[in-house]
Amino acid sequence: MRKVMIGNHALSYGAKISRAQVIPAYPITPQTEVVELLSEMCANGEMDAKFIKVESEHSAMTASIGASATGARVFTATSAQGLALMHEVLHWAVGARTPIVMGNINRAMAPPWTIWTEQTDSLAQRDTGWMQLYAQNSQEVLDSVIQAYKVAEAVQIPAMVILAAFVLSHTSEAVELPEQGKVDEFLPPYEPEYRIDPANPHAFGGLTGPDGYFELRYQIQKAIEDSLPKWDEVGREFGELFGRKYGLIETYKVEDAKNLIISSATLASTARTAVDALREKGEKVGLLRIRVFRPFPSAQIRSILSSVDRAVVVDRNISFGASGIFYQEVKAAVYNEKNPPPIFGVIAGIGGRDVTKKDIIDIYEDIMRMDEPKSDIIWKGVRL
Amino acid sequence: MKLTIPEEEVMGHGHLACQGCGGALAMRYTLKTLGRNTVLSVPACCWSVIDGPFPHSAVNIPVFHTAFEAAASTASGIKAGFEIQGKDVNVVAWAGDGGTYDIGIQALSGAAERNDDIFYICYDNEAYMNTGVQRSGSTPLKAWTTTTPVAHPKDRPKKDLISIMAAHRIPYIATASVAYPEDLTAKLEKAKNIKGTRFLLIFSPCPPGWKADPKNTIKLARLAVETKVFNLLEIENGLDWRITKKIRKPKPVIEYLKLQGRFRHLTEDDVSLIQENVEKEWNILMNKVGE
Ligand SMILES: Cc1ncc(C[n+]2csc(CCOP(=O)(O)OP(=O)(O)O)c2C)c(N)n1
Ligand code: SF4
Ligand SMILES: [Mg+2]
Repeated sequence: MRKVMIGNHALSYGAKISRAQVIPAYPITPQTEVVELLSEMCANGEMDAKFIKVESEHSAMTASIGASATGARVFTATSAQGLALMHEVLHWAVGARTPIVMGNINRAMAPPWTIWTEQTDSLAQRDTGWMQLYAQNSQEVLDSVIQAYKVAEAVQIPAMVILAAFVLSHTSEAVELPEQGKVDEFLPPYEPEYRIDPANPHAFGGLTGPDGYFELRYQIQKAIEDSLPKWDEVGREFGELFGRKYGLIETYKVEDAKNLIISSATLASTARTAVDALREKGEKVGLLRIRVFRPFPSAQIRSILSSVDRAVVVDRNISFGASGIFYQEVKAAVYNEKNPPPIFGVIAGIGGRDVTKKDIIDIYEDIMRMDEPKSDIIWKGVRL
Repeated sequence: MKLTIPEEEVMGHGHLACQGCGGALAMRYTLKTLGRNTVLSVPACCWSVIDGPFPHSAVNIPVFHTAFEAAASTASGIKAGFEIQGKDVNVVAWAGDGGTYDIGIQALSGAAERNDDIFYICYDNEAYMNTGVQRSGSTPLKAWTTTTPVAHPKDRPKKDLISIMAAHRIPYIATASVAYPEDLTAKLEKAKNIKGTRFLLIFSPCPPGWKADPKNTIKLARLAVETKVFNLLEIENGLDWRITKKIRKPKPVIEYLKLQGRFRHLTEDDVSLIQENVEKEWNILMNKVGE
């Protein structure tokens, strides 16, 4: 069945069709529609789930952790300030190995107050251990929620499905709703190895010294590494069942590409149209979209970068005092290669400033005129 | 003779509390009544240590350790998880006074306002003991802690948390004391049969934090009630207040204060001030009780 919906509702329907059982959530622009629809579907019986109307995002996350630890499938969603408020307990969700799936709408951080899109909110949580997936359209949002549960529950690590504020969260698109029966087959009920159970009592998260903590952290890293092939496997299996295939990365016209544009989320969709326009001008250019950011698909990125002359990473985020964050990570991934290509880092679209096809074409043409990257940041569109 | 306190011990012996720990006793009595079909959500507090280091646990029921400010919200999530799976389990947020009066009050207020079907039990030792005796919103007037040193003892009274909880109009609220286990047991029995948020505050002396002799834990807990420093009561639906332990001839507060090093610096004026405060609070309470 096809249904026209905004990106936010694609998250809600993703949670519904994945049969999420507990949904503790707190509203924040531009996420509100996600929780409004979920609370309605819980109230009218369309979903067999408990919606907890918590008093903050901090409680949304801690209630999510508690519910997940009982073996329930849990969904929540937030954005920017709400995600930042959760910071301490984002670590908790990972340490407690609770495979929660959370939608995050990328919104720039205050002050000054703003609601427009930027990726710094979620990227600032990159070291918490949450898996992070950046979607480019509403169909992918819905499909990714289902896949995220499958991967998260397999490795017992929580996952964020991330979408751009307004550009995606509030844009209506036709979305194919997968058949419930087929989704149930793809995503069976969650059966954790350990859960809170009075019949089998355990202490979860008790005091641990240097004797044991190290190994627990090693296991988290191993679990996230194990998820790397899983994201591709699950994306392939999803493709076989539903006709839409996904992976850690997506490439466009890279086979014969000499130069590469690298980006993520909706910026990558814009970059795709720029690639077409540049190809018409005779440029041998391709696009690499990083879909899964944590775990970071270093091997895949290395393999594609091994055959290009130069690459430019377009970031809608900034790590102050350093550079764009995808740029840092891409550079780090190829640093130990024999002859890595020069990589240029562009920061664009901060705070929701529009990034057009022409902007991306300009970025590309500018870096083609440069001999080498002279600094870690090339600013695009900042008015000085 | 009919025993009013269940005989079965749910909590084991091998816990890590100090000698004379009121908080450990509070748990022991609580679990006797709530039984094994119970789960604890424990935030940072002495109890995150008392239960024992990984892989040990003293309580023989599931314990879920959570962040300092999150006892209530974690418990709400655990309860929802059980409910949607059709399981009926007592879910208890078990927190210290710091995790209740101060950093955890937002999550507690949220759960209470929603009337989530959980127990919230605070073992109140009137300071942050886990981190080495710093003041909390529960620390009494004029008491010493490491952040209210003798030169500047606490200049504000203990926060009236019970009234704050009553304002939430939750079905059941009670205060209790480790010196009155029958009273505690009766209150837990009653609370067990009520649906919604049930809040219990258990007065739990801490010998090192109060600079008191471990052998005096029960004595101090009893004196707190006999001097009306801490009153045993219950409140139904936030409005129906009732004293459960009536004190015919109250003792002067000095009897309670003099056994504790945290009050050693008090002047006579300080003691009078505390005595006056106790009378004032008692009158406010009597208005609520309607006597
Ligand atoms: C967010 C956060 N801030 C501070 C701490 C440090 N901390 C741990 S326990 C504690 C005090 C606990 O006091 P209380 O709740 O009264 O329990 P008690 O130790 O007295 O049993 C503090 C300040 C923490 N764990 N987390
Ligand atoms: S410090 Fe006090 S509350 Fe903590 S274990 Fe020791 S006696 Fe109990
Ligand atoms: Mg305390």
